[in-house]
Amino acid sequence: MASSRDDFVIAIRSAFLSKSYQQKFSLLTLLFLSLIVLVLGTFNLKAVQYVKMGINEIAYRSSFIASIPENYIQKLNIQFREHMDVYKNYKKNELLFDELKKKQLSNEFLISENNRLRKLINESIQSKDIYAKVLIDRDSPYLKSIILNKGSKDNVKLGMAVLDDTYLVGKIIEVNYTNSRVLLLSDLNSKIPVLLEPQSLHAVLSGSGKNHGVIEYTKEEYNNKLDIEDKIIVYTSGYGGLFKPGLPVGEITENKKIINFFSDFQQIDYVKIVSFEMQGED
Amino acid sequence: MSSLNKKTFFNSILSYFPVLILFISVLNEIDFNFLEIEYFSFNFVYILIFYWTLKNPNLLGYGSIFIAGLMNDVVIGMPIGISSFCYLLICAATAYLRNITITPNFINDWISLLITILLVNSIQVVTLDIIFSFEVNYMKYFINSGFTFIFYPLVLLLFNILERKIKFQSND
Repeated sequence: MASSRDDFVIAIRSAFLSKSYQQKFSLLTLLFLSLIVLVLGTFNLKAVQYVKMGINEIAYRSSFIASIPENYIQKLNIQFREHMDVYKNYKKNELLFDELKKKQLSNEFLISENNRLRKLINESIQSKDIYAKVLIDRDSPYLKSIILNKGSKDNVKLGMAVLDDTYLVGKIIEVNYTNSRVLLLSDLNSKIPVLLEPQSLHAVLSGSGKNHGVIEYTKEEYNNKLDIEDKIIVYTSGYGGLFKPGLPVGEITENKKIINFFSDFQQIDYVKIVSFEMQGED
Repeated sequence: MSSLNKKTFFNSILSYFPVLILFISVLNEIDFNFLEIEYFSFNFVYILIFYWTLKNPNLLGYGSIFIAGLMNDVVIGMPIGISSFCYLLICAATAYLRNITITPNFINDWISLLITILLVNSIQVVTLDIIFSFEVNYMKYFINSGFTFIFYPLVLLLFNILERKIKFQSND
């Protein structure tokens, strides 16, 4: 019994402490080093932040280069599927086009009315746009995020909204000198205040880790007010002042709790980083 | 003479191959996500580290594994150091296995891989969830571990061929 315990201790000690002639560090040293890095990362020390930013710059650029072959295969795959669905998509788009033509007229009227009303209350929204290219869009099972090629040198700041055309896709959560990371709306840790129209219900949109979002923290009346036959469009509510109000996010179609995003997060090449400022009497 | 020159060149290329694949994998996150199969993901890096540190640790240094872990954290967006810690835990498991194994056996290695990745993923999930307050999908981690376990024999075949080539070149 004692001998088997000794063997175990010897095997463990040898595993952690011994190093072969080509290994420069023992396992134990490196395990401690990674723990130190992990702990230091939690502190907001300036030196640590600079080191972190340096590693980020190198890793993002290298990752962009290393991802070129896989991205090429991914693009080919998408092109092939699109090619196969051309006729089906054409028919669908034809119907959609007719519908949109009708809506456009009423929309133009609403926009001009909205602008007139904003002028009346002396309120205006000033927004600044920065266009960025997606460097890395790794769909990791752990974190849904993308890396952009614009950073602090282009005036990108934490919390700025990121749009794919006009649709909201996420917000900036990390800024380096030449690049930044966007937390996508589909990530489990993403939570944004939204407005469900036409019911005008306030809610919180939470990521699910999949390609859709879920509705959280609505009033109890949500279930009663919601008529599932209507298509519900989800917009940003602007609460908290983080996002501009009225940015389209997605729609609720069949399941009351599930939001299908307008933007396909796996096919984003270029995005718009937006900061806005509300100007008014107050 | 020409044979000697050739040997040095191919040797250096082949002996760096595991390190090269390791860095490409962490920077590229090879997981075939573009296939868009729901829940399908596997951790190629775990298999790679497990295989090479078990079979031939001289070809994959602990130092490069540590740096690869840092790179992986940056690319994925996890707290820096957590992947390095997990990768090194796999190295510790394989070092222990090497010490206690007299005759290597595929089934033993395979089951040891399952136990190791379950342990490592548990540590990672607990650290992310409890210490860093990350919201993590436990099911995805579990499925990821399952696919990593299933894919091991396939990757093993490829790596066995590669290892034989490296051994052949170095004995030439």
